[in-house]
Amino acid sequence: MNGFGGEPLLPPIGSLHVILRIFDVLMEMDLLQRFEAYVAAEKKIEPKDWMPDAYRKTLIRQISQHAHSEIVGMLPEGNWISRAPSLKRKAILMAKVQDEAGHGLYLYSACETLGVQRDDTIEDLHSGKAKYSSIFNYPTLNWADIGAIGWLVDGAAIMNQVPICKCSYGPYARAMVRVCKEESFHQRQGFQIMMNMAGGTEDQKAMAQDAFNRWWWPSLMMFGPPDDDSPNSAQSMAWNIKRFSNDELRQKFVDLTVPQADLLGLTVPDPDLKWNEETGHYETGEIDWSEFKRVVSGHGPCNKERIEARRKAWDEGAWVREAARVHAEKRASRRADANTAAA
Amino acid sequence: MNARFEYLLRLGDDALILGQQLGLWTGHGPVLEEDIALTNIGLDQIGQARAWLTLAGKAEGAGRDEDKLAYFRDQSGFRNALLCERPNGHFGDTIVRQFLFDAYAVCLHAALSGSSDAEMAAIARKSAKESAYHLRHSRAWMVRLGDGTEESHSKVQQSLNDLLPYAGDLFHSDAVTEQAAGEGWGADPAAFRPAWDTAVDEMCAEACLTRPESVPEQVGGREGRHTEQLSFLLAEMQVLPRTYPDAQW
Amino acid sequence: MPILQPPNLSIVEKQHWPLWEIFIRSRQGLSHRHVGSLHAADAEMAVENARDVYTRRQEGASIWVVPASAITASSPDEKEVLFDPADDKVYRHPTFYDLPDEVKNM
Repeated sequence: MNGFGGEPLLPPIGSLHVILRIFDVLMEMDLLQRFEAYVAAEKKIEPKDWMPDAYRKTLIRQISQHAHSEIVGMLPEGNWISRAPSLKRKAILMAKVQDEAGHGLYLYSACETLGVQRDDTIEDLHSGKAKYSSIFNYPTLNWADIGAIGWLVDGAAIMNQVPICKCSYGPYARAMVRVCKEESFHQRQGFQIMMNMAGGTEDQKAMAQDAFNRWWWPSLMMFGPPDDDSPNSAQSMAWNIKRFSNDELRQKFVDLTVPQADLLGLTVPDPDLKWNEETGHYETGEIDWSEFKRVVSGHGPCNKERIEARRKAWDEGAWVREAARVHAEKRASRRADANTAAA
Repeated sequence: MNARFEYLLRLGDDALILGQQLGLWTGHGPVLEEDIALTNIGLDQIGQARAWLTLAGKAEGAGRDEDKLAYFRDQSGFRNALLCERPNGHFGDTIVRQFLFDAYAVCLHAALSGSSDAEMAAIARKSAKESAYHLRHSRAWMVRLGDGTEESHSKVQQSLNDLLPYAGDLFHSDAVTEQAAGEGWGADPAAFRPAWDTAVDEMCAEACLTRPESVPEQVGGREGRHTEQLSFLLAEMQVLPRTYPDAQW
Repeated sequence: MPILQPPNLSIVEKQHWPLWEIFIRSRQGLSHRHVGSLHAADAEMAVENARDVYTRRQEGASIWVVPASAITASSPDEKEVLFDPADDKVYRHPTFYDLPDEVKNM
């Protein structure tokens, strides 16, 4: 279209591009502002809402990591199903491990609402690209380990998880509500095993103390590195994905659990542990963060076995998944043919 | 010979051995949803085992409870059918074993729901709901695998060929079953054979599988004569109580 | 002369089982509520899996499964699903365990 004087009204292409780009940025800044206000007002973000790319990415990372942890977590406990010392304990353990599979499923399901495929996140787990909770890289060596895992590991997990029920992303929060309802049984059954063993024969007491010795420190590490060493925390907290800091939760866990150990008659494997009258909290000894780093980076006692077990199950199941898929296609096309014939 | 005790052991041991084996799949299934399904079935089996073995202990009257029976009998004391102790193998082997058992179990539980023994009838009625579900699950998988890919078809055909000879043990009749049926509290499993045969034939047709030619059946489980597998299975299952016989768990 | 590559099997493998959205009406419930999703090869499997995953503590629930691709959504508006305990598997429930009074918060 020409203006008066024969010059075109539309600006040249180059600067049009720049103007549109500026509009984009202003729109996004506005969206981001509205997003952050929404989150600050404790409202829920749902899958179809606009969200910053970094929010989406951090959620995918956190939720899938959480899901992987549930699945890998089935292995150290699953090891003892066949050797459970009574039929009741066997049934309870099977139910618990089955719950963990279910939790993994709820979490993968929440993750998929963010636009990823479950199979792709699983591939990341198998390739070593994705992480999972390092606690599951430790071995289960006697029956009391099953008690210790329920008492300590699930106890720590509950403490991490309850706040996430209020996180800003709707599907994740809802999955966590379901998980938390089921998790409480897990901790109780673990504690009951510990009570039973700590109050049992000399051999059982020894097993219980041994399990406690091995699982205590790794459980403290479940809350993650100290606050000033946590790169992802600040942004996650600003977006109400993470509600409490690592150190806050760790302290809460210690304060709750030490009296429980006393009740069991077990000794906390920390000679430096002491009660601080002034602060009203327990103080632990130094946590060995170099061990944590070693385990997280793939050099814990069972890292290789855990991933190999998952990879093996996946690879050996390929023919099964493929058969089911092909069969469903066959059925669908037979139905279509029948419909055509009937028409 | 305490026929009721013997009969109940057979019921309990079938469920126990199958449940034990299914528990080995937990965390190793071909897909997460199926992991949950197999564990669910295993849990049902363990539940049935506990009910039948508890009743068996009462029938024996020697103070043995479900755990004493499960953990302190030797191999020759076990009365499970040989089919149940065949190893898990790959998913196809497990599903075939499960299908062959489930098709029998629905007949069994239907029959025992009418037992003159009220406790047995109650356990059977509850188990009937579970085995109906198990059969639906295993049968659907037989069809998916049989009529799936070439690979799944040949795998599951082989499983069927391998396992069918061990299923005969389920239908073993003897003095125990004669007394059970005669007195009205149990059922003669031979009576389930025709219905079971039909179920297997119908499944094969739908799953595009060939029912293998009759081969001599492997039997002996009901009399405590087992295959080599059972000893390994029991060694793993029984290790803790046997190592610490004074402990309560 | 170009080298012929063997077929990329990982592409074939990448044909996933479809995603299904699951809706449950509890026995005492009035309507079906969305509870989550799962993967299944066909509708029958989806229903069975949904029963295993989403109703393990609840008998008599009604289950609807819908391929996720069939759903057209605006903004979801789900409420929390309430659980009614299933009677016989009591060990799933926290109240089954007798713990000393001193053990709080479990």
